[in-house]
Amino acid sequence: MIKTDILIIGAGPTGLFTVFEAGLLKLKCHLIDALPQAGGQCSEIYPKKPIYDIPAFPEVLAGDLVDNLMEQIKPFEPGFTLGERAETIEKLEDETFVVTTNKGTKHHAPIVAIAGGLGSFEPRKPPIPTITDFEDKGVEYMIREPEVYRDKKVVIAGGGDSALDWAIFLTDVASSVTLIHRRNEFRGALDSVEKVQDLKNNGKITLITPAEVTAIIGDGHVSGVTISEKDKEPYIVETDHFIPLFGLSPKLGPIADWGLEIEKNAIKVNNALDYQTNIPGIYAIGDVNTYPGKLKLILCGFHEATLMCQSAYKRIFPDKKYVMKYTTVGGVEGFDGSKKEAPKAVVKAIN
Amino acid sequence: MSDINIKITDREGVTHEIVAPTDMAMNMMEIVRSYELAPEGTIGVCGGMAMCASCQCYVLSDHELPEMGVDEDMMLAEAFYVEDNSRLGCQIPITPELEGLEIKLAPES
Repeated sequence: MIKTDILIIGAGPTGLFTVFEAGLLKLKCHLIDALPQAGGQCSEIYPKKPIYDIPAFPEVLAGDLVDNLMEQIKPFEPGFTLGERAETIEKLEDETFVVTTNKGTKHHAPIVAIAGGLGSFEPRKPPIPTITDFEDKGVEYMIREPEVYRDKKVVIAGGGDSALDWAIFLTDVASSVTLIHRRNEFRGALDSVEKVQDLKNNGKITLITPAEVTAIIGDGHVSGVTISEKDKEPYIVETDHFIPLFGLSPKLGPIADWGLEIEKNAIKVNNALDYQTNIPGIYAIGDVNTYPGKLKLILCGFHEATLMCQSAYKRIFPDKKYVMKYTTVGGVEGFDGSKKEAPKAVVKAIN
Repeated sequence: MSDINIKITDREGVTHEIVAPTDMAMNMMEIVRSYELAPEGTIGVCGGMAMCASCQCYVLSDHELPEMGVDEDMMLAEAFYVEDNSRLGCQIPITPELEGLEIKLAPES
């Protein structure tokens, strides 16, 4: 069981900054995120896009913003459970919470801060009839264990980086690799596109474009896919695995069933006070919450995180008196023993 | 008056006749959201960067729309339920030329 003071669900910018504000109050944090890396949408969808409305940053790339936040919170040694989705929550008798992920990892904390953005990122499933019947029976939306494909026939669909990169990688593992895309053009990194071109020229990858997989064939396990090319009769390609790689889209997911008040796909909070939900001890901050006048902006998430941490502190230590201290005055004392503070003024007499 | 009239058919098949301003730098995805014609969180997921295709729509009238950019074209190449008349709403600015435009929202995916 992982124990912490504030359990943060979602490792996007708001979740990450919460670690800093909590750290100033000497509260420890642990973050859960369904993605394998921190940063949320900023890392997953638009790492190379510039953001212009972060105070004091005239321009910052989304990926750099995440890197900066990770650097800023490093002294507070946050824990991470990445690649796992928060699935269930249980309130114990002492008013603390146990959150369990889809992989069974348990987390215990007196405070839960949901910073889940638009939800957890799930693979986008192509609308092919019967595709769900073949899930884990030859249809996989992400590659977890490449060895599964050893000496097997594999068909990959998609036109982005993951489709290209996995097609390249699997040429060394699978007995055959077929890549199918609806266009002749691919939008992945240029060197990946060139690598696939080489592998195609050497007969290592079969490229079928522009085309689409329109049906899956098999009895209990995938044995082939139907491919539709423009101006051609649909035909069947034999395969052991079909891997559609069409990116991820966020879904609110299991959090919607936690008994929280939901409005317009977001969690209602008390914005007059501390961004707490209808369940005391559970807060919702950043894009995942809603209240009158809500704006889904990173800078608003930072503000909400800051106020939420003050409230969390009072909840954990109801009897302690606390006065907010500026970092220019108090510096930043990390849990790792590091201390940052303003340099002392030099005093020198004039004769 | 700088408003135009647009017909938008939502994902349930209901057609809405709405008025859209041309002087507020809005795009079709934002119009759909402002009139709440699709649930929050199911449209405009990426905010309008042509990176998620959640605002895909079908253009039903024969208006001349601004040409498709590379980002939009490549995103539609990976989206589902794509037809020849598919566009991303976030890449269609509301301009006076679109008076009388008719669109239909693509299914959620």
